[in-house]
Amino acid sequence: MTGHPELSMQRRSQLKQSPVARWERMVEIRRVEDRVMELFSEGLVHGTTHTCQGQEAVAVGVAAVTEPTDHVVCTYRGHGMALAAGVPVAGVIGEIMGKVTGTAGGVGGSMHLSDPTVGLLPTMAIVGAGIPIAAGAALSAKLLDTRGVAISIFGDGATNIGAFHEGINLAAIWNLPAVFVCENNLYGEYSPIHTTTAVGDIAERAASYGIEGQMVDGQDVDAVMAAVGNAVMAARGGAGPQLLEMKTYRFSGHSRADPGAYRPPGELEEWQRRDPIGLAAARLLEAGASQAELDAIRLSVDNSVEAVIEATVAARSPGVEAMFRHVWVDEDG
Amino acid sequence: MRMREAVIEALRAEMSADPSVVFMGEDVAAAGGVFKTSDGLLAEFGPERVRDTPISEMGFLGAAVGAAMTGLRPVVEIMFVEFLGVALDQLVTQGAKMRYLSGGEYTVPLTVRASVGAGLGFGAQHSQVLETWMIGTPGLTLAVASGAESAYGLLRAAIRHDDPVVILEPRSLYGTRESFDAAASSIRLGEARTLCRGKDVTIVGLGSTSSIALEAAGRADGWNAEVIDLMTLQPWDKIHVLESVAKTGHLVVIEEGPHAGGWGTEIVSHVASSAFESLKAPPLRITAPDVPVPFGKELEASYVPSVDYSVDQVSTLLATGEVPAPWWAERLGRDQ
Repeated sequence: MTGHPELSMQRRSQLKQSPVARWERMVEIRRVEDRVMELFSEGLVHGTTHTCQGQEAVAVGVAAVTEPTDHVVCTYRGHGMALAAGVPVAGVIGEIMGKVTGTAGGVGGSMHLSDPTVGLLPTMAIVGAGIPIAAGAALSAKLLDTRGVAISIFGDGATNIGAFHEGINLAAIWNLPAVFVCENNLYGEYSPIHTTTAVGDIAERAASYGIEGQMVDGQDVDAVMAAVGNAVMAARGGAGPQLLEMKTYRFSGHSRADPGAYRPPGELEEWQRRDPIGLAAARLLEAGASQAELDAIRLSVDNSVEAVIEATVAARSPGVEAMFRHVWVDEDG
Repeated sequence: MRMREAVIEALRAEMSADPSVVFMGEDVAAAGGVFKTSDGLLAEFGPERVRDTPISEMGFLGAAVGAAMTGLRPVVEIMFVEFLGVALDQLVTQGAKMRYLSGGEYTVPLTVRASVGAGLGFGAQHSQVLETWMIGTPGLTLAVASGAESAYGLLRAAIRHDDPVVILEPRSLYGTRESFDAAASSIRLGEARTLCRGKDVTIVGLGSTSSIALEAAGRADGWNAEVIDLMTLQPWDKIHVLESVAKTGHLVVIEEGPHAGGWGTEIVSHVASSAFESLKAPPLRITAPDVPVPFGKELEASYVPSVDYSVDQVSTLLATGEVPAPWWAERLGRDQ
């Protein structure tokens, strides 16, 4: 199941206007991710999955300042970005569970969500691969004069692979409308970033491409929105690409199989005190929202996610013929 | 027309017909390509559509994949096919799978051109054919030009195709002339063509070996060969080859690359499995030995299957009904 450009447009505009809508979307992402982990434990999903609890503010902040006609190129840790962009929960959970209701009808899985109606290119499971691809999407936007922007989202682990260097360099020399968003969650798979990377801040690397780099509090959805919004506006206006480093943290391990035992004691708890959902809620309460109002929203989100899960569990698994579709154009014709 | 000119003409025709076609690669714009396969295109179509790239294959091939998914029809030149080694992820693991992973909603109308092959004295790292890197990837179409006409026809068909297509162009043939009527070009991806008809043996060539096969057929003494230029390796034209073998009862494949794992194994295996009863003798693969391409002039000339060697091999097969040992087995006492 894929989305709809107009609905995605409306939803993004709500995200941009309304702090409550941003909080609600983050709550939804968290709920989906928590439930996905549980579904794995229950044996209702197979394979692996990479969840983004703790990083929701990046996805929602990006969605709030982009349009469905922009292109988002994201990674295998992409459920949150897909949901924020406007892929229906049913399409995301359907794909994760390998059902016909998934965005690729169940042939893709957790790491491969896709929805052109909301501007989401297939999420990529090879670290760094999306960075040059985003440069290419930006080239299309420029040459076809769509005023579109390509957003490339990747982890800190991607910043040491050649594709990072080549993709950003290309975008820089061609002055392409791209925004490179690094989610620095401090670990590339199981390895702490400081053991694999000599620079302290990924944003420093922007200088070597002659573009602007900036560090952003990735736990603060408003800060993400402001920084990405400025970079998107600059790119749309022809000022070329920027590199934004979101300082963030994943509350889960790298993948389902990883309990994150390599993290020093207390680190997770320290970051959980800066939970993006908690921070946004505190701000809403300060601005006059009531706890009861937020509780009601949370309950409604939980209920609707639960209803989707129930429907997905009951949905059909693809028949064997599904694996033969969409391999070659002639068969799609 | 020389083959390099045929490439230019095909690019020119498609770029004129469709403004979404863009061309990029190393030194393809200002310099017109190191093999002069894009001479004049920058002046005609401008720097937005004809783009020089950094020496950065993963970057610009990846960008071409992304551009292809979002409205452009990029053509990428990989100067030497060896340079695909640093970018293969973008072709095999990204580009070829985007249609599948998006349920058919994203397509990748991308053409990758790469020069291949020995014969120019470029040494072990610039003389390979490497088709085997790209066969066996569903979603990726692979074609090999054998001269000006096929280079022209395959490239035009590839640019119009909605899946990623790789076209390999034998470097040694860029200067070779072939006259043909471009307006009447009927070459299609996935279709082989018969270069000459015959009744005793089917010889299948690809790229540089198609003309070797044709010349060998011309020098044949006492036998009569049907020569097929396969042109597309994935998906290859099974019906065309099977129909010919049904008639001749003998199959010979001539490959420029090393013996182990070469593309001919796919042809021979399929024919042996599905038309065993029509074979009067075991199929024969004429290939290069399993060594890197050597540099020395005589060494390099020996490495690539020659016309004389091909004639000898086919003659022995037809006379004895057995597959003859390759030249290196006789000289070096080594197994094939």
